[in-house]
Amino acid sequence: MSFDIDATLQRGERAIPCRFTAPAGITALVGPSGVGKSSVLEAIAGLLRPTAGRILVGGTVLYDSAAGVDLPPEARACGMVFQDLRLFPHRRVRENLTYGEMLAPAERRFLSLDEAAAFLDIAPLLGRRPRTLSGGEAQRVAIGRALLSGPRFLLMDEPLTALDDARREAIILVIERIRDQLALPILLVSHDRVDVARLADQVVELRP
Amino acid sequence: MGMTADEWGIVMLSLQVSLAAICGAVPLAFVLAWALARLRFPGKILLDGLVHLPLVLPPVVIGWLLLIAFAPDGPGGRLLALFGVSVLFRWTGAAIAAAVMALPLMVRAIRLSLEAVDPRLEQAARTLGAGPWRTFATITLPLASPGVLAGAVLGFARSLGEFGATITFVSNIPDETRTLPLAIYAALQLPGGDSAVWRLAALAVVLSLGALVASEALTRASGQGRGSHVL
Repeated sequence: MSFDIDATLQRGERAIPCRFTAPAGITALVGPSGVGKSSVLEAIAGLLRPTAGRILVGGTVLYDSAAGVDLPPEARACGMVFQDLRLFPHRRVRENLTYGEMLAPAERRFLSLDEAAAFLDIAPLLGRRPRTLSGGEAQRVAIGRALLSGPRFLLMDEPLTALDDARREAIILVIERIRDQLALPILLVSHDRVDVARLADQVVELRP
Repeated sequence: MGMTADEWGIVMLSLQVSLAAICGAVPLAFVLAWALARLRFPGKILLDGLVHLPLVLPPVVIGWLLLIAFAPDGPGGRLLALFGVSVLFRWTGAAIAAAVMALPLMVRAIRLSLEAVDPRLEQAARTLGAGPWRTFATITLPLASPGVLAGAVLGFARSLGEFGATITFVSNIPDETRTLPLAIYAALQLPGGDSAVWRLAALAVVLSLGALVASEALTRASGQGRGSHVL
């Protein structure tokens, strides 16, 4: 199992029970808005500590309250693509892309900067500042930054919202290529049933 | 309007005192600003109040408290005595007084710039493999640096004008603690000191204005249009 999650999250007053397993490929996490889909991604990335439970990805224990395991985010090797992208405003596109790359151990790097730039069609953007990018360009840079950090799996929060149809199609192709060519397990959050039907190999529904 | 050698000496002493003051105060101000911006701890309101005290207390009270603290039997005086140092009636004492008085301004500027750094960017850095220290050095500090620089220059300008705490703490000793404001005060006491007062006052305006402009320019230059203005 790629993702093996059985944990309770706390977001404000609300407890979010979350339990699912997912094999390799693309798993879509769906559910009504406010149900805590993004919180689940944050918990897997190590940005939100569950109140209890276990989180395993690819057989590696990332969090286990009973065993006292709680890896910090930097030790989880997750490629997180945030909904709000979070590109570093003081670094050019190239320095955004290489930020995680230079920190990744050599054996985890499966992509070079040039390969990633070609793969995502962002080579002409390398010298630009993030604030000068369009939504689709910034989205691809954010995906590239995550891929170059040598992740063992990808977490993508609403990667297709805020994109026009043409860009949307381009990102869908990118995500499928990541699955097929790079063989990374992907957990993505989406509220769009059409996208989910198109992309997901399996669907996990989070209920309130 | 020729400057006398004495007057140049006063300017150089003022710059020396102010520079020493901000060199000591910036690291302290940064730690305080960081704690106030990022940490939650009991007594935070008290610390916030203490940091701001020099802004609202009569400067003469700060000078008197420093005098007590750094007197030979005071806590600061005893500590410095271990190193064979005393700051009483020395320019180093003037620097301490200036640092204490400039601290609230610097903490405010640095705190604002730290609060303007989006913690979500720091989270992004963590997921990319950066530990807390590397995240601080590569994300937090560069994004906050315009505010830190502006705070330092603002503190420098404030130090140049420090009067009340200085004269109370280290007196008004020529060539040792007589900085620009104290020299103006001394000249005012002398009959016929008017022309000296004019020259020194003009100098004070030029230096202070220069520091303020530099502070704003630094904010803009290193902010490259993305930093928030502190002034």
